[in-house]
Amino acid sequence: MNNLINPNLPTGELEGGWQKTVKNLSNLNTEKKNKFEIIIVGCGLSGSSAAATLAEEGFKIKLLTYHDSPRRAHSVSAQGGINAARSSPDEENKVVIDQLFKDTVLGGDFRAREVSCQRLSELSSSIIDQCVSQGVPFAREYNGTLATRRFGGAVVSRTFYARGQTGQQLLYGAYQSLSRQVNLGNIKLFTKRDVLDLVIVNDVARGVIARNLINGNLETYKAHCVVLATGGYSNVYYLSTNSLKSNATAIWRAHKRGANFANPSFTQIHPTCIPPGDIYQSKLTLMSESLRNDGRIWLPKKINSKDDPENIPEDERDYFLERQYPKYGNLVPRDVASRRSKELFEKGFGIGFGGKGVYLDLKDSIKKDGLKVIKAKYGNLLEMYERIVGEDPTKVPMKIYPAPHYTMGGLWVDYNLMSNLDGLFVLGEANYSVHGANRLGANALLQCLCDGYFISPKTITSWLANNKGIDNRKIDEACKEALNYVDKKIKSLLKIKGDKPVDYFHRALGEIMISKCGISRNRNDLKSALEEVEILSKNFNSNLKIPQTNSGLNVELEKALRLEDFIELSILMIKDAIEREESCGAHFREEYQTKEGEAKRNDDLFSHIAVWKFNADNNSHIRFSENLNFKKISLNTRNYK
Amino acid sequence: MKDFISIKFKVWRQFSNESKGSYEEFSLEKVSVKISLLEALDQLNEELITKNIRPITFDHDCREGICGSCGFLINGQPHGPKRGTTTCQIYMRNFKDNALIMLEPWRTKSFPIIQDLSVDRNALDKLIISGGYLSTETGNAPDANLIPISPKKAFSSFETATCIGCGACVAGCKNASSSLFVAAKLAHLGQLPQGINGKKERSIKMRKQMNIEGFGQCSNNLECEAVCPKEISADWISWMNKI
Repeated sequence: MNNLINPNLPTGELEGGWQKTVKNLSNLNTEKKNKFEIIIVGCGLSGSSAAATLAEEGFKIKLLTYHDSPRRAHSVSAQGGINAARSSPDEENKVVIDQLFKDTVLGGDFRAREVSCQRLSELSSSIIDQCVSQGVPFAREYNGTLATRRFGGAVVSRTFYARGQTGQQLLYGAYQSLSRQVNLGNIKLFTKRDVLDLVIVNDVARGVIARNLINGNLETYKAHCVVLATGGYSNVYYLSTNSLKSNATAIWRAHKRGANFANPSFTQIHPTCIPPGDIYQSKLTLMSESLRNDGRIWLPKKINSKDDPENIPEDERDYFLERQYPKYGNLVPRDVASRRSKELFEKGFGIGFGGKGVYLDLKDSIKKDGLKVIKAKYGNLLEMYERIVGEDPTKVPMKIYPAPHYTMGGLWVDYNLMSNLDGLFVLGEANYSVHGANRLGANALLQCLCDGYFISPKTITSWLANNKGIDNRKIDEACKEALNYVDKKIKSLLKIKGDKPVDYFHRALGEIMISKCGISRNRNDLKSALEEVEILSKNFNSNLKIPQTNSGLNVELEKALRLEDFIELSILMIKDAIEREESCGAHFREEYQTKEGEAKRNDDLFSHIAVWKFNADNNSHIRFSENLNFKKISLNTRNYK
Repeated sequence: MKDFISIKFKVWRQFSNESKGSYEEFSLEKVSVKISLLEALDQLNEELITKNIRPITFDHDCREGICGSCGFLINGQPHGPKRGTTTCQIYMRNFKDNALIMLEPWRTKSFPIIQDLSVDRNALDKLIISGGYLSTETGNAPDANLIPISPKKAFSSFETATCIGCGACVAGCKNASSSLFVAAKLAHLGQLPQGINGKKERSIKMRKQMNIEGFGQCSNNLECEAVCPKEISADWISWMNKI
């Protein structure tokens, strides 16, 4: 392990490691807590839950978001559910905790810290208690107890849900708790603010620079520490399942100020999304994976087929997943399904706009179970598909398409969720913690709430208890420097007098990234992607056109600022993908596969977290690593054949 | 059906809440019927940018009908012609070739205009802040299975909890009442055992805040229910009135 990074892991037994850590953390009395101010950036599940909890404890919170209301954060879109290890009366607690722990580590393909996965699993049950007490209307069994379902290939039923809107309901729970604290005067909400830089004083994060999106003014916010809970960066790919404004700017700016970035190339690509229909399509809507339980995935055997799918006879269809995986068939994991599809559409067998889709056919299930049963099972999904695509999926095979969905990579944090920058905490999808190289279904919401409700309030309190206090003279200098930096950045973007709007470049970036640093990767493609992104970057800096709006409100400027950071982040993602010469989880390097075409990990060389440090002196990156050790679960390989 | 159509947009343009607004017309050619109305506006905005015309400002984010950011009047109707559908889920195949589409912002004094089709809905947040929550603190929650809740009750609560805070109910109401929004939140929390205590208090606080924010009174026109993209029933307003 490199001396520069210390993950501060608990020692000894994995079980109860977190409880032991908590005992050793410092606490503060409420009166003292009142004297500390904390900036939280982002109001999704992790940001809102952290804000509410820290405010309840007595801290003064400044919550910044680019939304007009915290209720709009992208967590609201999460459909499936939230995992929790809750034992039924005839089960032992330890057994269910171990099961979720094991599935999380295996799902991440041994590229996350064991201790963090153990903590996630141990805390999961209290998350459900917390949410229910806030009024989250989870689905119930007939006897009135909480209902669960199986999710994302799990063998056990431990996913709690509120129809297909679990993220929405959990977010509203956190939003309401934070609203209560706004009422009590403990949280100050700053909406419609884009955070564009981090303020660092004597190597400690003490503030942020934000742009007021309504009047365009740059504003300075100071506090004793800073929390980034700003979500993921799948929008690097332009088309993704993310909300359109989801971006990497705050974490990228923090990175350039010294916070290390971990495994930036780890991206989850979801196989069942609604395909694009035109170049102006702005996002890819996710369709629950549950469709793969009843839908058979196929492609025409004929190359470049333009025939209507309902007229293609059985013997001209290739049910390629069933053919290649007789045991799991259409239910192979997300990354496997996406990869097998990609291989075929690269050979010209793909269908739909751009030829990157596959068919998902409900015909046989309807024949077997009847239209009524299928409609009852997937009612709202089928409606959604028909609304967007304009075809009835019970009559015409659905077209599905893989889309970037979740970024496991993020700012490196230690066991306390603090980055290598003192006083900078990072929560939720924005950090790199429990998901390793691939996230287990229904673990995203769980991680956000663990981070926000239970972990960060304890570790932030402890950090503040040992904090030396702000250097008032130096903070003003640091704020001024950061403010000038942002001002210059904005002015130089506005100065470019090109003729192409922001989205023109964003679409081009997405095209490079999805084809060369997406579902599967290889050295040659990655090298050429690097060159292409660098050319794109130059092109962006000379041909961009941002309209003059005669006021501070300038949506195109907001987009340009985000894209500028996405372009830089893309380069790091590509470099990270080049350096990781193995296949693991969602990171599939074509050079490293078994004879059967399965991912081939290289545990001797790559059982570590890649940690990238930005060197401002020569504008370059250095790669470190944090070794991963597995005590409780032995390194093995999955097999779906 | 044609794959590409031409559309005429008649859009309300207003620089800020203080300035005077007016309608402006724009023609857009080669609009794929496969894209959404907001994507057609993106396409139009790209054209406007290259022609040095200020692009049209509108709110949006998730573009899958759940974040509640989007919303304006489409041909006079909040969220447009399709029932139970947000603005972002309106697709161009729903319009005829050469159709005229009129776009205007929510018009109510509680939602000041930010620019063009974008309005400030902070008043809705203030309603929640006034009392739209249960008062449990983190870490003190009892076992979630301690109090059983019937699936019927849980689902009924869930249905009211699906409100996305878009403001269409207010925009659709001739009195600009926020009764459906408030009733939905009171019904979400008040139907659950953990929210029965404090039901009355929440109602008093939120209804008081409705007046402070300048929302009008409900006069049972049911327009709110008709335009609600989540199809929340106006019966909950009567339920609220009985608290």
